[in-house]
Amino acid sequence: MPYLDHAATTPMLPEAIQAMTEELGHTGNASSLHAAGRRARRVVEESREGLARALGARPSEVVFTGGGTESDNLAVKGLYWSRRAEDPRRVRVLASPVEHHAVLDAVIWLAEHEGAVLEWLPVDSHGRVHPEALRRALEADPHSVALATVMWANNEVGTVMPVRQLADVAHEFEVPLHADAVQALGQVPLDFASSGLDAMTVTGHKVGGPYGVGALVLGREHAPVPQLHGGGQEREVRSGTLDVPSIVAFAVAAEHAVRGREDFARRIGELRDDLVRAVTGAVPDAVLNGDPDPRGRLPGNAHFSFPGCEGDSLLLLLDARGIECSTGSACSAGVAQPSHVLLAMGADADRARGSLRFSLGHTSTRADVDALTEVIGPVVARARRATDGSTSGVERRPPERHHGPEQGRPSGAGAGDTGERTRGERCGTR
Amino acid sequence: MTEFPGAPADQPAAVPAASASGPSSPQPPESGRPLRVLAAMSGGVDSAVAAARAAAAGHEVTGVHLALSANPQSFRTGARGCCTLEDSRDARRAADVIGIPFYVWDLAERFQQDVIEDFVAEYAAGRTPNPCLRCNEKIKFAALLDKALGLGFDAVCTGHYAKVVVTPDGRRELHRAADPAKDQSYVLGVLDAEQLAHAMFPLGDTDATKEEIRAEAERRGLAVARKPDSHDICFIADGDTQGFLARRLGPAEGDILDVDGTRLGRHNGAYGFTVGQRKGLRIGTPAPDGKPRYVLDISPVENTVTVGPAAALDVTALTAIRPRWCGEPPQGPAEYTAQLRAHGGEVPVAAELVDGELRVRLASPARGVAPGQAVVLYDGTRVVGSATIATTERVAVTA
Repeated sequence: MPYLDHAATTPMLPEAIQAMTEELGHTGNASSLHAAGRRARRVVEESREGLARALGARPSEVVFTGGGTESDNLAVKGLYWSRRAEDPRRVRVLASPVEHHAVLDAVIWLAEHEGAVLEWLPVDSHGRVHPEALRRALEADPHSVALATVMWANNEVGTVMPVRQLADVAHEFEVPLHADAVQALGQVPLDFASSGLDAMTVTGHKVGGPYGVGALVLGREHAPVPQLHGGGQEREVRSGTLDVPSIVAFAVAAEHAVRGREDFARRIGELRDDLVRAVTGAVPDAVLNGDPDPRGRLPGNAHFSFPGCEGDSLLLLLDARGIECSTGSACSAGVAQPSHVLLAMGADADRARGSLRFSLGHTSTRADVDALTEVIGPVVARARRATDGSTSGVERRPPERHHGPEQGRPSGAGAGDTGERTRGERCGTR
Repeated sequence: MTEFPGAPADQPAAVPAASASGPSSPQPPESGRPLRVLAAMSGGVDSAVAAARAAAAGHEVTGVHLALSANPQSFRTGARGCCTLEDSRDARRAADVIGIPFYVWDLAERFQQDVIEDFVAEYAAGRTPNPCLRCNEKIKFAALLDKALGLGFDAVCTGHYAKVVVTPDGRRELHRAADPAKDQSYVLGVLDAEQLAHAMFPLGDTDATKEEIRAEAERRGLAVARKPDSHDICFIADGDTQGFLARRLGPAEGDILDVDGTRLGRHNGAYGFTVGQRKGLRIGTPAPDGKPRYVLDISPVENTVTVGPAAALDVTALTAIRPRWCGEPPQGPAEYTAQLRAHGGEVPVAAELVDGELRVRLASPARGVAPGQAVVLYDGTRVVGSATIATTERVAVTA
């Protein structure tokens, strides 16, 4: 079964499964003081050290969480509150408009409920934030900025951001910068210390670790306001009994991914380039979204718009042929909305709707790419028929006139729309 | 590349009729070739059982839930809707249990344009639309069917109670369901022959009661077995149609008149009334004869509502526009029975198509006939066609 959705989640590494299952057989709360507790604590701390090494961070900078979404929320909301508490002028939040929903919805929530003044940093047509854009936003009034947040690499189109330069600019103005590095870990060189970041989100299940565990790598000078109150297990910033089996498996997977990153990037990057050639060969008008230069793009990512197609049609047709991929952002109802990332990059709604993401990972093979190559042309042709309906066999009737005396549309019609769109837009358009 | 079994290259196959080959479920046609069926799954029990029956009959079924609201509610509020996230989940769980692929398709924009805006505009024009007919004509058996056929499906399957019968010469006819109490052929009367050719109604030829359908759902392990029926207009979640219209159209005060033009009271918007309505008129002075008064006419141009005695509601003839035929349109005047509203009875009529307009003369006067509703013509149990009521002719009555 060609699985081309590694950016959604990637298979667990055997080493991680082994470490996790072994640990599941042990009892011990890492906060307990007896021997069993000490044993569990030792496993956690060794994992923390291993993960820190892999991430170029100090062990004390690693705060384990329940995953990427929690880490993003802790960074964005927590730093907003702590920074504002230090200085009430700090209400501006600078964010890229191509963030994952875990950041996007968190900053919008802050604007809607916590008085934050949200400013979107402009992106170019590849979805990249330029340091000058951040500079312009900061220069206007640096003292009023609580934090800036720009993802390390985009989850939809794979564009890698100039994190180091962005951090330098932020620090010129003494503003902390958070980056969601969920997609970047194991794919591009990533080193917390030399990145200059103040906070960085990573998660287990994108690198061959388990679901439900992640970390916020957090400079020691930062004390974001906790989202979860309780025992204060993680630096008084995050509470909750530590999930020892998940933590050890996450650390094993992350270390493995970082160790093998160069080989991975070369092998998967070549496969991805083949995939791009194959798709654009079979569908000449397919548009590769994101940075066409492999150096500016995640090695496993290929993201296309197929003119005249709807993404959900393509997905259904590929799914039926055993090929699993993604239309990009999905909302809670499972409805494919036009991607907010593509819209921010300047694509129109049709192009945004007619797009698919193929993402390769550590188990990807040439056979996966070949399988896609074989079907993508006919699938796109079929999906186009579903869009125009011209060959559907159902005779199309000419557009009918509105019957009855010409009353026209009531002037009030449509007024009810304005308030109703907001929830729907949550799914993608912002 | 592996094509689906039965996926036609170009020509979608016509769907075998449910009743042509078995009492309870649609069977593959004589060739034995399973059809590729797209099952519209609302999250309710009927569409779940319909999809399960189609799958059990050997067809290759894919479930689709239509997201029809740009603003889905997480949970049902008040009256039942069919657009909530909970309904979407219920449909997904049913598809899981049946063991078929499942997707959610966003048809909210089409639904807004073709159903909701039309609904509001019709009320604003003094008519009483039936949005379920409109949805079947424009969404389920147009937007959805087109997309399904384009993707290589042969048919769209729904949980409607209606029967498709294939005649010996291969024509497809739409008939009332075996159980007249549950029959939904009225809301399918808008389907033309092409649409009918790709429609599958696995529940239509069952004699089972609703309770038996629920029991079947239970047997099949479908959790929606005990889910309450939906009765209201799905896009008006709280069931308050008047409130919905008032929000959309705004207040428009006007006069309530009796048939000779005497002003009896005021209203907040003529769109809030339906011909035949008795309640909610709030007229202070009683009628001279002490009998209840009913809405006789709504004039959106003058923004007036005319009321009068029940006898003035007796309709003897009507004209209807936008006729749609399930097969051949009738030639010359012909005798049929007609159903004039959902859940209404049948009246014998003589109908004739004149310059694209349907003229219907009722054998005996009928009440509760509102412009905007559909008149569906039947020949026995067979649906002949339908049209939208435009004008009515009444027995002359003075106030």
